[in-house]
Amino acid sequence: MSNKKLNLKDKYRLLTRDLEWEFSYRDRKEIFPQEDFEGIKITDWSKWEDPFRLTMDSYWKYQAEKEKKLYAIFDAFSQNNGQQNVTDARYVNAIKLFLTGVSPLEYQAYSGFAHVGRQFGGAGARVACQMQSLDELRHVQTQIHAMSHYNKHFDGFQDFAHMHDRVWYLSVPKSFFDDARSAGPFEFMVAIGFSFEYVLTNLLFVPFMSGAAYNGDMATVTFGFSAQSDEARHMTLGLEVIKFLLEQHEDNVPIVQRWINKWLWRGYRVLTLVAMMMDYMLPNKVMSWQESFEVYFEEAASSLFKDLARYGIEMPPYAADAIAEKEHLSHQAWSIFYNYGHAAAFHTWMPTEQEMDWLSEKYPNSFDQYYRPRFEKWREMEEAGERYYNPTLPMLCQTCQIPMGFTDMENPTMTSYRQSVYDGERYNFCSNGCKDIFDYEPEKYVQAWMPVHQIFQGNCGGPEMEDVLGDYYKINLGVDNLDFKGSPDEARWNAWHNLIPAEDKLKKAS
Amino acid sequence: MSKVYIALQDNEESHYIVEAIEEDNADVTVIYQPAMIRIECEGHMVIKRETVEEKMGRDWEIPALHVNLITLGGNVDEDDDQLSLTWNN
Repeated sequence: MSNKKLNLKDKYRLLTRDLEWEFSYRDRKEIFPQEDFEGIKITDWSKWEDPFRLTMDSYWKYQAEKEKKLYAIFDAFSQNNGQQNVTDARYVNAIKLFLTGVSPLEYQAYSGFAHVGRQFGGAGARVACQMQSLDELRHVQTQIHAMSHYNKHFDGFQDFAHMHDRVWYLSVPKSFFDDARSAGPFEFMVAIGFSFEYVLTNLLFVPFMSGAAYNGDMATVTFGFSAQSDEARHMTLGLEVIKFLLEQHEDNVPIVQRWINKWLWRGYRVLTLVAMMMDYMLPNKVMSWQESFEVYFEEAASSLFKDLARYGIEMPPYAADAIAEKEHLSHQAWSIFYNYGHAAAFHTWMPTEQEMDWLSEKYPNSFDQYYRPRFEKWREMEEAGERYYNPTLPMLCQTCQIPMGFTDMENPTMTSYRQSVYDGERYNFCSNGCKDIFDYEPEKYVQAWMPVHQIFQGNCGGPEMEDVLGDYYKINLGVDNLDFKGSPDEARWNAWHNLIPAEDKLKKAS
Repeated sequence: MSKVYIALQDNEESHYIVEAIEEDNADVTVIYQPAMIRIECEGHMVIKRETVEEKMGRDWEIPALHVNLITLGGNVDEDDDQLSLTWNN
């Protein structure tokens, strides 16, 4: 054997092509049974080219290095009582939402990539999916480790996996991934590898994580950036999948276009949670949701779709709807959570005067006109001892499962409402995107596990709110939920820092 | 022309990488944000192993970029000597 050092390209070729073998006694269709049914045509798997050409030896080497750095920071964070040094205890609620809403998606991604990594006929694609699957498992583990420290000092972290499967707003991210994983392998790759990883995760892992750093949370920013460094590889894989499918056969173009349209909108709706985390849950502000959206969606996606234009791929029609919503999304989402603060496993609050001024400045066309008066009214009610909690259960969009709180962008005080009738039943939607997705595959979406329907059908612990929230969701009532003001989290925080409660401060100020 | 970009964790090692990028690419914009550095430019950007090694004063290989990388945008092409980002439009 020669001792000559192989270059990167040769190593990668040996890892992928050279580990492949010809199947001599089984039919390929038996081995890769899911490769055809979606209508995707693959003529030559050898055309697959992973741009990063990451080989196993360098994968283990650099992942190990990332882990060492990450865990050194986790140790330092906990040894130095880092939980006391975040800007404000309200911030921690964004991390609760992350652990219950996002980290379980990493596990779903691990499972999904392990599955599709078995289904592709090309060795290059299988190796790339296998590595991504390992990355995703690393992400869920490091996130749980990072946040286990907060679990020692704050409420609401204790039952994240149980909550992810049951709590009404967590059905939004959960059903998104369930939808992707119950699709075929190529649709999964476009959904997660391309639309989610390439177009959308930047919004979650870059500006929000930079914000975490700015709020003193070194543990979160570090797991976030460490995860996103893997995502940078995943993004290139996602883009490679798209280009590969489009180059393989022209019949793939309309199928891929439909999937891009669908998954960009599905993913964007999930990011509603991130919009409000950015604008309302980071006490120290880095950039607004709108600014992040302009850089990481509008600018990045327009470069990307210009690049894909030569294949006949166009910017999804719903991108215009997403852009139209950028000045409204976070405010509408926070309003929904404030309304249902008794039914959430984290705390909600009205922004301070200073925070409202920041929102007015960042959203000159929308905040003062549509949201500030409402928020000031809620704040008045709160000061009068009548903190508003909405006692009804909301109607949900059948596709994204978000309460129907979004408004018509032509008329931002009117609820955006679409409906379809299928098999004699009427279904409700928040947007054209969600309605079109349902209309194309109604037999899939009529089966959705809709949290509000399930409560009314008696499948969620019982008829009373306490049965659902306490017994079925496992929210510690009066502890995990309700307003931040008056919460045990707030009391502990004030005790650490010898502060007077916000409630008293508010009374003094007014 | 569309903008390609790369974001790195703001740390000692990245500062050398940023210096190398600035030297090898005309008209890059470097934006410092909390805990991160975003470097962007029109159309094409290259990170050369040799330049980074020169700045660091030691051996460095392209896959080591992953340790400090946060995100990137553009079509990636990587070999032993360089990593480039390109938009074909």
